Amino acid sequence: MKRYNFGYYFGEGFRSIFTHGLMSFVAVFMIVACLLIMGSFSLVALNLERELGNLERDNEFLAFVDESYTREQAMELQSRIEMVNNVSGVSFTTKEQAQEDYAAKYASDQNAALYSELPAEVFRDRYSVHMEDLSLIQETIDAVEAIEGIDGHQAAPEVAEGFVLVRNVATAVAMILIVLLLLISLFIIYNTIKLGTFTRREEIAIMKMCGATNGFVRGPFVFEGMILGLFGAVVAFFCQWGVYALIAQAIETGETFQLITVIPFGEIWPKVLGVFAGTGLVVGTGGSVMAIRKFLQV
Amino acid sequence: MIRLLDIQKTYDNGTKALKGVTLNIEDGEFVFLVGPSGSGKSTIIKLITGEEHPNAGRIMVNGYNLNSIHPRQIPYMRRTLGVIFQDFRLIDKKTVGENLEFAMRAVGASTREIRKRIPYVLDLVDLSQKEDRYPSQLSGGEQQRVAIARALVNNPDMIIADEPTGNLDPQRSLEIMTLLEKINELGTTMLVVTHAKELVNRFTKRVIAIENGRIFSDETGGYYKHEEI
Ligand SMILES: Nc1ncnc2c1ncn2[C@@H]1O[C@H](COP(=O)(O)OP(=O)(O)OP(=O)(O)O)[C@@H](O)[C@H]1O
Ligand SMILES: [Mg+2]
Repeated sequence: MKRYNFGYYFGEGFRSIFTHGLMSFVAVFMIVACLLIMGSFSLVALNLERELGNLERDNEFLAFVDESYTREQAMELQSRIEMVNNVSGVSFTTKEQAQEDYAAKYASDQNAALYSELPAEVFRDRYSVHMEDLSLIQETIDAVEAIEGIDGHQAAPEVAEGFVLVRNVATAVAMILIVLLLLISLFIIYNTIKLGTFTRREEIAIMKMCGATNGFVRGPFVFEGMILGLFGAVVAFFCQWGVYALIAQAIETGETFQLITVIPFGEIWPKVLGVFAGTGLVVGTGGSVMAIRKFLQV
Repeated sequence: MIRLLDIQKTYDNGTKALKGVTLNIEDGEFVFLVGPSGSGKSTIIKLITGEEHPNAGRIMVNGYNLNSIHPRQIPYMRRTLGVIFQDFRLIDKKTVGENLEFAMRAVGASTREIRKRIPYVLDLVDLSQKEDRYPSQLSGGEQQRVAIARALVNNPDMIIADEPTGNLDPQRSLEIMTLLEKINELGTTMLVVTHAKELVNRFTKRVIAIENGRIFSDETGGYYKHEEI
């Protein structure tokens, strides 16, 4: 591609955006809408992902030590539990410590006195076992319980598995939606540019007759698509920022969502901008290349 | 330089437009291509420009073998041709100068080359004063001269004109034909399709007459005399 053609492509592409002003506006509007829906969905998914990640990180179960074991015997079990697959960490808690923790946890409760009077014998020495992969919880529990000296456990595997399922479904739905929206954006850009080629097919025929290469004819249209795509991406980015900030504020000041912490936009904006710009460029360029294809066969 | 050897062309709808046409045009020649409506004149032009492809026969244009040309090479072949149409085909929203610039941009000319070339061709067609006019602000003859300037602007080896005077009155037609003769004398090969018998008879050029998809006569001199036989 010759250097001095760039100025021409850009100039022609830019001019065409204004000569087909309404259609360009519609195209940008649709790109913004698509990116916003796509972006919002992805950001919700991202936050959900992180929230679930936090839950996973907390994830542990309690493995109780056989009551007939002495303290020394009980403490010797630690290395054996650590060797079980999928176990990432083990910590030992004596029954006295467990009782104190229990009392402290409910100290503000009106029945605190009741709990603090529970005898230590009610509790048992226990290990809290952390896992790498939450989805393997049942296998891990079985393996730990198979160790001699471990008697009983406490966990809520149904809940954990439920979370994994929710996350997988959410990811799948997000993926499908994103692909769909991408196709819609592509289709809209395609039609916008096609309108441009339709009103300019005479010009294209003249160019071809003068000996223009296909690349040269395509140039301005590709630039037009790129400009529309990028412009849409930037507008969508700022809209996304606003929407995100509003929602984040609503969640943080609201009563019902107090457990949820929202990822600050400042932490993710380069990614959002990058993905938007990339998507805008791909959609803009792809749409125009598709639109111009059949006009080149002269 | 053009070589057509036993060319046959049948359109997709079954119309047999050319039924075995053989003709050679050498560099520097001025050739009229005449014949009744529907005889296949425009079809020959389209085969030469690569818009249509023959069903049989061989074509060479300015050293390019169109039977085996790679599609990527077609633009470069077309740069050796300047094409002129009856309906001018100027871009209405561009000025005269911009129309010429557009044609030069299409072949990748630099701004410097464009600045140098446009005044030269505008002078050749005697439109130096009208560079900033829009086509709608020009007469038909002037518009066709712009089209001629555009065909010339990339310095082709050959100009092909399909009824260049079809929309013009006799006086303008004569002017255009005289201009084409002048360009030919400057070294550009000229192939002119026309219906204007009287005009053809005013020039003593090679005349190829075609009828019903076949060459009917090919000799230097008038056109009418064949029909009188
Ligand atoms: N694209 C096409 N599809 C089908 N038939 C065509 C096509 N173009 C031309 N023809 C037919 O081929 C024959 C030759 O047409 P052509 O245009 O070459 O004639 P012509 O000599 O240029 O006529 P005119 O003087 O009227 O321009 C005609 O019968 C015409 O109807
Ligand atoms: Mg014709």
